[in-house]
Amino acid sequence: MNPIPVDAIKNTLADARLQNAIYSSTARLMDKRAHAIEPGAIDDFQGLRTQANAIKRHAIDNLDYYLEELERNVMARGGKVVWCRDAGEAVQFVLQLSREKGVKRIVKSKSMTTEEIDLNEHLEHAQIEVVETDLGEYILQLAHEKPYHIVAPALHKTRYDVADLFTETLKVERVEEPEQQTQVARRVLREKFITADLGITGANFLVADSGAIVLVENEGNARLSSSAPRIQIAIAGLEKIIPRAQDLATFLKVLGRSATGQPLTVYTSFLSGPRRGGEIDGPEEFYLVLMDNGRTRLLADEGKRQSLYCIRCGACLNHCPVYRKIGGHNYPWVYSGPIGAIISPQFHGVTQDPWLPFASSLCGACAEVCPVKIDIPQVLLDLRSDITQAKRKEGAGKWEHRGFRLFSYVMRRPKLYEMASAMAASVFPGSRDKWLRTLPRLLRLPPIAGWLSQRDLPPPPERSFRSLWRERQRAKGGN
Amino acid sequence: MLRVTLFVTCIVDQLFPKVGLAMADVLERLGYQIDFPEAQTCCGQPAFNSGFRDEARGVARHFLDTFEGDAPIVVPSGSCSAMCGHHYAELFQDDPAQMARVKAVSSRVYEFSRFLTDVARVDDLGASFPHTVTYHDSCHALRELKIKAGPRQLLSKVRGLTLKEMDAAEECCGFGGTFSVKFPGVSGGMAQTKLDSILRTGASHIVSIDSSCLMQLQGVISRQGLPLQTVHLAEVLASR
Repeated sequence: MNPIPVDAIKNTLADARLQNAIYSSTARLMDKRAHAIEPGAIDDFQGLRTQANAIKRHAIDNLDYYLEELERNVMARGGKVVWCRDAGEAVQFVLQLSREKGVKRIVKSKSMTTEEIDLNEHLEHAQIEVVETDLGEYILQLAHEKPYHIVAPALHKTRYDVADLFTETLKVERVEEPEQQTQVARRVLREKFITADLGITGANFLVADSGAIVLVENEGNARLSSSAPRIQIAIAGLEKIIPRAQDLATFLKVLGRSATGQPLTVYTSFLSGPRRGGEIDGPEEFYLVLMDNGRTRLLADEGKRQSLYCIRCGACLNHCPVYRKIGGHNYPWVYSGPIGAIISPQFHGVTQDPWLPFASSLCGACAEVCPVKIDIPQVLLDLRSDITQAKRKEGAGKWEHRGFRLFSYVMRRPKLYEMASAMAASVFPGSRDKWLRTLPRLLRLPPIAGWLSQRDLPPPPERSFRSLWRERQRAKGGN
Repeated sequence: MLRVTLFVTCIVDQLFPKVGLAMADVLERLGYQIDFPEAQTCCGQPAFNSGFRDEARGVARHFLDTFEGDAPIVVPSGSCSAMCGHHYAELFQDDPAQMARVKAVSSRVYEFSRFLTDVARVDDLGASFPHTVTYHDSCHALRELKIKAGPRQLLSKVRGLTLKEMDAAEECCGFGGTFSVKFPGVSGGMAQTKLDSILRTGASHIVSIDSSCLMQLQGVISRQGLPLQTVHLAEVLASR
């Protein structure tokens, strides 16, 4: 049971530059999304969300059927499908194939699934060069950091940070304009693309009826990663499945708009197997890694199963007031924000980071923008219940449980409730009109101390509503 | 005479009784006869949101006992209305006998402003409040109950009142029940963002339909000595 990373959160909150970077970047993404979904920009965006939810629900409810259909169709096009139970198996497959095929250099496009399994770290450990080719991911690879955001991995880095990083690690002349910085990365990366033996991508969608892997991106690096090297591996979580190619008409409309406010990303690539006779480009060998790594465990619970609908657009992060304060690195896993708060406990077990689903005001902004309509606050509530039960079994959280048992006991007994409140009011010190800056030590129980650390406390009034109401009714009766 | 039942919520009962009295004044002026069941306490939301469902269920059952009847139940809170109007169903989903009672009671629950706009069908209550105000959309009212236009419509008819919208009207104030004390720094930061946006409007008062949000904001206002004052919609509508 990991505790709340109190100090790390405090540091993030105290870092004005970082706060500004997070807040302004997410505000920009929110703003772009808002414009992209206006009625003038697209017909019936809310209807598309409902449709996307229905398709994902159907796909996840029939996961076995569609995954086998996908496998047949990928194989029919000459690709190979590798089923991996967990991260270890997926990593092992990549390592082994790299060894067998004499791979020296790998280019990678942005993929949260490979971040999830720490693929780069494993490859580097095996002395295989791996290069991230998405600009944001490349920056993070140079900085040895994990993504700060699902869609904008280097969201927390300003262009000045990037200028420092490039000068230091690439030994190039300092440039502060993003365009120039892109040129610097491009020069390095082009060389890597041309000389790489293996390209690794993720997958945005796996299309069962056509055996296609769909990738959306803006930089063209995923297309290069999947076409320049002689071998390609696409690594995907098995929840990325959608039944039919025509479903993309729904998903491509909601994904770009929700993520970056784009009607469509600059590149949308459909990968279907290796190069065939007569084709002039594409890899000679194509592998699709279908990874479970805990996903099928989520199928068991009908209510929380919807967590698997996620298409990783990042809209819930941008709109989350908690993410916007604590940023991406204070979450325990690579998946941050509201979606991270609901999937991390389900993948890792609810007692690993039991604080995480509680780090939410349940404001519901995430559910309001989710393109596949995952009811995130509802899943958070369900997880909170799971966590208190699990803690009870392990004998943890005793004081909180006692507190709520007492709460429940008192709230079912109106007379006792009134007595308790009268007592609480009578021990309260000081004036009744001024809010309290502090309280005597004896009264500063942890929740009250937490409150007082940020704000003043309202003094209990001399009389409760019910007491005033009685008097008012008596006065009326007397008239 | 039309009757209504008040559920004033524990926070109004214990900390902000004036809000309950103001709500009663408004309803009485409209000709409603008010019933205040004295057995009422809390809706159970603190336990429910903290994951203690058994404890919440006990409180909810007490609520169901207390509020049997057929008059509308009027509540000066979006959050507590959402709890007894929406979430009780989750607490009793495996208990068909209770579910029938939940349905009967939940369907009678109305947040105060919604009661005025949708049941009483009034918007001008003859109130006067000569101040520039901004309206804070509380999250549960906005997103669970879909209340957005109603309170603004009611405010637009108040004499002397100028409504200035803030840019972050739909952002959470950071209260979130026990969240505010478990993650005080984050909660306080959220309140700060909200108050910065409010200060930019130049308003002197923040109006909301939830006393819990207002307690969070007023707590920071008081701590920092900001030139702002929080006020519940019921108090605005009751003022002459």
